[in-house]
Amino acid sequence: MSDAHNNDDHGGELEPVEPIADPGLPEHTWRPTDVDPAKEKRAERQVAGFFGLSAICTFLFLVAYFTLDIGDNWHVIAGFGASTMALGASLGFALLFIGVGIIHWARKLMADHEMVEMRHSARSADEDRETTLQALNDGLEESGIGRRPLIRNSLLGATGLLGLPAIVLLRDLGPLPGDKLEHTIWGQGTKDKPMRIVRDGIWTPILASDLEIGDLVNAQPDALKNPERYGIDPIEVEGIPLQVHKSKASLVLLRMNPDDITPGKDAKGNSRENWDVEGIVAYSKICTHVGCPISLNERTTHHLLCPCHQSTFDLADSGKVVFGPAGRPLPQLPISVDAEGYLVAQSDFDEPVGPTYWERDYYDRW
Amino acid sequence: MTAGDMTKVATTNGTTPSAPAKGANKAGAIANWADERLGLGTTMKKNLRKVFPDHWSFMLGEIALWSFVVVLLTGVFLTLWFDPSMTEVHYDGSYDPLRGVEMSSAMASTLDISFDVRGGLLMRQMHHWAAHIFIASMMIHMLRVYLTGAFRKPRELNWVIGCLLLLLGTIEGFTGYSLPDDLLSGTGVRAADGFMKASPVVGTYMSFFLFGGEFPGDAIIPRFYVMHILLIPGILLALIVAHMLLLVYHKHTQWAGPGRTEQNVVGYPMLPVYAAKAGGFFFIVFGTIALLGGLFSLNPVWKYGPYDPSKVTAGSQPDWYMGWPDGLLRIIPAWETHIFGINFSWNVMLPILVAPPLLLMVLIALPFLEAWITGDKREHHLLQRPRDVPTRTAIMVALMTFYGLSWAAGGNDIIAIKMHLSINQITYFLRGAVFIGPVIAFMITRRWCISLQRHDEGKLLHGYESGVLVRSPDGGYAEKHLPLAEGTAYTLTARDRDLTPETVEEIEASGLAGRQVRLRKLRAKLQEKFYSDNVQKPTAEELHDAQHHAEHELHELESQIENGPNRHGPTPGH
Ligand code: HEM
Ligand code: FES
Repeated sequence: MSDAHNNDDHGGELEPVEPIADPGLPEHTWRPTDVDPAKEKRAERQVAGFFGLSAICTFLFLVAYFTLDIGDNWHVIAGFGASTMALGASLGFALLFIGVGIIHWARKLMADHEMVEMRHSARSADEDRETTLQALNDGLEESGIGRRPLIRNSLLGATGLLGLPAIVLLRDLGPLPGDKLEHTIWGQGTKDKPMRIVRDGIWTPILASDLEIGDLVNAQPDALKNPERYGIDPIEVEGIPLQVHKSKASLVLLRMNPDDITPGKDAKGNSRENWDVEGIVAYSKICTHVGCPISLNERTTHHLLCPCHQSTFDLADSGKVVFGPAGRPLPQLPISVDAEGYLVAQSDFDEPVGPTYWERDYYDRW
Repeated sequence: MTAGDMTKVATTNGTTPSAPAKGANKAGAIANWADERLGLGTTMKKNLRKVFPDHWSFMLGEIALWSFVVVLLTGVFLTLWFDPSMTEVHYDGSYDPLRGVEMSSAMASTLDISFDVRGGLLMRQMHHWAAHIFIASMMIHMLRVYLTGAFRKPRELNWVIGCLLLLLGTIEGFTGYSLPDDLLSGTGVRAADGFMKASPVVGTYMSFFLFGGEFPGDAIIPRFYVMHILLIPGILLALIVAHMLLLVYHKHTQWAGPGRTEQNVVGYPMLPVYAAKAGGFFFIVFGTIALLGGLFSLNPVWKYGPYDPSKVTAGSQPDWYMGWPDGLLRIIPAWETHIFGINFSWNVMLPILVAPPLLLMVLIALPFLEAWITGDKREHHLLQRPRDVPTRTAIMVALMTFYGLSWAAGGNDIIAIKMHLSINQITYFLRGAVFIGPVIAFMITRRWCISLQRHDEGKLLHGYESGVLVRSPDGGYAEKHLPLAEGTAYTLTARDRDLTPETVEEIEASGLAGRQVRLRKLRAKLQEKFYSDNVQKPTAEELHDAQHHAEHELHELESQIENGPNRHGPTPGH
């Protein structure tokens, strides 16, 4: 059968093994513990010994639990706490000793005769298959499902329609995107109060003269701490809304020699030459790849690197991608100074920030 | 079933029915009570003494099973304190560097578990270690099953279940990793948001629906929580039960050897030896995880701080099992297509939305592909050595190479720093290597397997190399070969001969036409390739002749030893 050419017939039993006849199971050999009562007793004591050691470890666990402090002691012993270490070690050994004991018992003392069991094909017997098939046919016949297509099809159709409620019910999982991804809070500055750019963390406004060439500053819109100044309800910049704003509005400022800047074009095709203030440029901190905050600055080249997948952007050249998987330049924020000399945004970004999405370019109203 | 000779087994087992003790009576009464209600006698008749074969590699699946149990136990403990809410609170627990800092309740409760619940940090770290071990052991178990051919009929469905377990385990790991809402996991969730947005047509909607609005919103942690502690564990548990039931129904595969055939299964009975070994092993896995959890810190979220969309830790990396798509994401060129105001982000879609599902499909399809190519529809219960099916082994090594290179790409920044290479060079190299590497690995593996087969054949036909060199009177040297022990020789030959592919003439003579013929020709060609250059085991005749010849040679050598200058040479057994 092995050389049968008709491959469709390769069901059924396997050929008997050749060329060497099966010598059969090797003879069983007795273990020392089977024949020597002293060894047997010793193994028995060893097993019980393991269980005893386990009990001691469990006791140590309890002692550690009630005596070792956690709380402010979290840093003792290599920075992660005496309690954790003692509990882990005692629990670990308590469990291991039980495991080792049981396996030792099985190896040394339980019968070690191998047994032989015959296999059966997964397939049921022909007779059973026939009976089952018959039952199935009888049942289907009696239901008349084959003879009454009208019933069958209308049932299928009606049940299928029930998928719709299942999908529709999920509608309220979240609001529709609308134009939320197109706007950031930078756009909420007004003519007389343009949105100030403040240092992230300490929230102080920035004078152009504060930055030296080569300085990189993480910045945020002033409205996140001073909403009233821009006529924004404070509720809108607290808690979750604050996180939402930050995930779009985060900014990096970099001061470079103004001559190094190659001004690009904005979304409408106009030059970006007035988007910087004396060599200070502002770019979105949110990577256009999948949205990590960009953080690493190569001082000599004006290149900014995203730590997630190493996309590198050239801030002297419209945020162009010079390396890595990101498909679009970093959006640039046009900036100027207000009456008091602080850096402010001229307007919102002129394109959506953050990761690319399907309908992103569709918004040509920028 | 043979019960075997038990006469000498340690008396502690009480093999002879001793005078019924009190305990036994009670046990009998309970068994009777249960049987009269559940009919356990019939169901348990076969199963209590069901035979399980033994081999170290059969333990890999057990590690996965037991680490899943540990993950369930520790996970339930964590739920008692964990608060899956994104409401911002001021942390006021014991960890002073973060006291007063604003963070989500999820993060604050994770810190409470770590610093204000005794044993809490241990449980968190055990949970995370067990999760790593769960996923790693599933992967290695899967390699074992594939490389030994244990996936063949009738076990294909268990292979499919195994693939789904791996998928679900990975998703479960990702949702769990995201729960503490720390800076590192938040960065991962942000990336997931970017992946979703890259999906064609519905991307933004998916993102807004999942996050309950704009990223990050306040819904993602509670929703991940439900998936993490209810939905996915429920499915995992159901699949694991199905996996085990099928295992029992099919009976375990075994390695060929004297007395171990396709028709039987040889090993220890479930009760007591197998149950004791498996049960003992549970404690070993559990204990090891407890030691790891106590002694090796993992995911110290307090060092990363709470999630803030404007911050990131350098060297951000997902848990290792998410590393390979992340690697592809890093090395793919910046392909995006912008037409008609829509955007195709190939740079995200290909590595994240296409490659992992594709690899999963390939994995699921492997058994069916092989069976189609070989046309083998027989049941198989004896395992195969990887070398005996070179093409299959080579396919898996190729896939492993692809996986490994993609995974390495996920650490390209670390490799660049550690090895002082430029990240650009590494990226360009890996772009080529993920395609060429697997091909080279495939070819080397196939050849290697075939040469191992030749080596086996040599041992069968000419005996094994005894290491004894003999010098003949005319000055030449020969190595003394000794015949293999009968059991060893039998084991080497206890494998199938490869099936012979159909020939073109046969297919044409079959009278079929059109698509069917083309398909059969394709199959015949693939089959030819699949088996080509394999070494078949010798026939009885070949073996006989060769042994005869070898005996003759051995005789010669031995007489030389007797007479010649070799008399001092070691000749064991003389
Ligand atoms: C295969 C199954 C599972 C895997 C792979 C898994 C994985 C993880 C991981 C990696 C974490 C992050 C731990 C950390 O903070 O370092 C986690 C957290 C958590 N898991 Fe699971 N888990 C699993 C099953 C479960 C189950 C069944 C439950 C509960 C019934 C559970 C409850 C939790 C809870 C409450 C947390 C958050 C607590 C914290 O992070 O401190 N997990 N899980
Ligand atoms: S998120 Fe910045 S490179 Fe991927």
